[in-house]
Amino acid sequence: MSPNFQTWSEKTPKIRENILKMIHAAGNGHPGGSLSLVEILMALMGEDGAMKLDTSNYESNDRDRLVLSKGHGVPALYAMMVEAGFDITEDELMSLRQLGSRIQGHPDRVRLPFVEASTGSLGQGASIAQGMAMSYKLDNNSHHIYTIVGDGEIQEGQVWEVALSAPHHKLNNLTLIIDYNKGQIDGPTNEVLNLENLKAKWEAFGWKTFEIDGHNYKELYEALTHRCNQPVCVVAHTIKGKGVDFMEGGIDWHGKAPNDEQLTQALESLGAPIGV
Amino acid sequence: MEKIATRQAFGKALEKFGEKYPQVVCLDADLSKSTMSKFFAAKYPERFFEMGIQEANMVGAAAGMSFTGKVPFICSFAAFVTGRFDQIRMSIGYSNANVKIIGTHAGVGIGEDGHSQMGLEDVALMRSIPNMVVLQPTSAAETEQMIEWAINYNGPVYFRLTRQGIPQYDISDFKLGSIPKLMDGEGSAFLATGGLVEAAYEAAKKLHESGKAKPAVFNGSSIKPINEDELSKIVDSFDEVIVFEDHSKIGGLGSAVCEFVAENGSKAKVIRYAVNDTFGESGTPSDLYEKHGFTADSIASKFS
Repeated sequence: MSPNFQTWSEKTPKIRENILKMIHAAGNGHPGGSLSLVEILMALMGEDGAMKLDTSNYESNDRDRLVLSKGHGVPALYAMMVEAGFDITEDELMSLRQLGSRIQGHPDRVRLPFVEASTGSLGQGASIAQGMAMSYKLDNNSHHIYTIVGDGEIQEGQVWEVALSAPHHKLNNLTLIIDYNKGQIDGPTNEVLNLENLKAKWEAFGWKTFEIDGHNYKELYEALTHRCNQPVCVVAHTIKGKGVDFMEGGIDWHGKAPNDEQLTQALESLGAPIGV
Repeated sequence: MEKIATRQAFGKALEKFGEKYPQVVCLDADLSKSTMSKFFAAKYPERFFEMGIQEANMVGAAAGMSFTGKVPFICSFAAFVTGRFDQIRMSIGYSNANVKIIGTHAGVGIGEDGHSQMGLEDVALMRSIPNMVVLQPTSAAETEQMIEWAINYNGPVYFRLTRQGIPQYDISDFKLGSIPKLMDGEGSAFLATGGLVEAAYEAAKKLHESGKAKPAVFNGSSIKPINEDELSKIVDSFDEVIVFEDHSKIGGLGSAVCEFVAENGSKAKVIRYAVNDTFGESGTPSDLYEKHGFTADSIASKFS
């Protein structure tokens, strides 16, 4: 069944609201790189999205898997998990970063099932996803593995180990998405350490590569459901802080929580249709 | 006495158990002929993954495979694989991933390849990671027992294995944490692990024969965890405990004993007999063991 992009679009203000509220409640966190992920996650995990999810049986291999390698974007994953029907409530989201919470500051598969890997030290989730894809291949399991890396994250050498390795192991059951939001802690990504030309680089390593608008559902859905005889790389152009006018494109909002006034202002700016 | 390298024993054991345990997979980073994962690779090619010279990616991929129900063994030199500390810490340790790490070529005992290839800090690194079990078998039989135990144990295990052959002393059944006695004695206790078991054992034999001392010898193959009741008995029933290991003096088995004694007290003074906070270098294994005092004669000469 093809997804209803309009319905997805109508659901995202709530996801952005939860992201902002939980980071506000925690007093710290990463709003910019969480907000840039919302449409990517909806296209994967939303109703009739690219992934086959099993929201209850965490041990099952009869499902697709998603490794959020850019662990600092995890508020977006938590908010999406609520929307997708996982065993986690909006109230629990507000315990983000609190002692004893399952809603840890970075993804934690020990405390919260379905978070497929404990990430946050950049570059490692991509390798974990590769291993899952190798395992599924070995078992002739036709399910698919997805991983999302940050654009700053791919400055890590380990990501390029995966870039070289996955095509060699013929992992056409692996899709790597680059959340290309152009910003990292110390500044614009291409000033800190230039990444260009990403499409040419991933193609040269042997990946079927799409360069798309990471806030456009039609483009996302087509790329994320693409199957061929190569691993797939999706260079998703996104906007850091997407959906909150005063955060959009701002490096300052990489790792800073909104205060009370900024939260009110941010929530007021949500609602404009995104994705369709 | 026949000498067998524990890397060889590992390779044969994994080949043997591959059939009984279909969930076992093996990954190597272009060293399968040295780590001896080649035996498994030849017999179960579909479950062997040549990762190329990508130790960090190998660590992460193994974690991912373990999360889908596999029991991966990842193999490289001790120095190289434990050098990917953060990958092991995060991708394996934190998640209690069911990955078995094989680090071969431990210590200055590897010889001619020299400084870059010698695993001398690996135990210090692996001991510091919560959830990690650290084992250094003392014979082929013990290696085989440990490998089968590790396949059935759900969590990360680090194996420290020798390049060089070591003698096959009679080892009792492996029990995690246990400190089996290899020779009875009094006064001094030798607690030896890995490549230094031979020198410690042979020195003790000489000392018993000459009557200069009657050291007991213990097998320190379980580095983490160590059975504290057994350790407590040893440090309270001898005047001195000398820990022998082909590893840096900092952070290895000797340090583990010192940590225990510092907090719990002991009758025995603890002496660490190890690589004295220095790097390795080229040389024949026997010249290097001579230089570091890792010979039976050198050890025996300390007792007059």
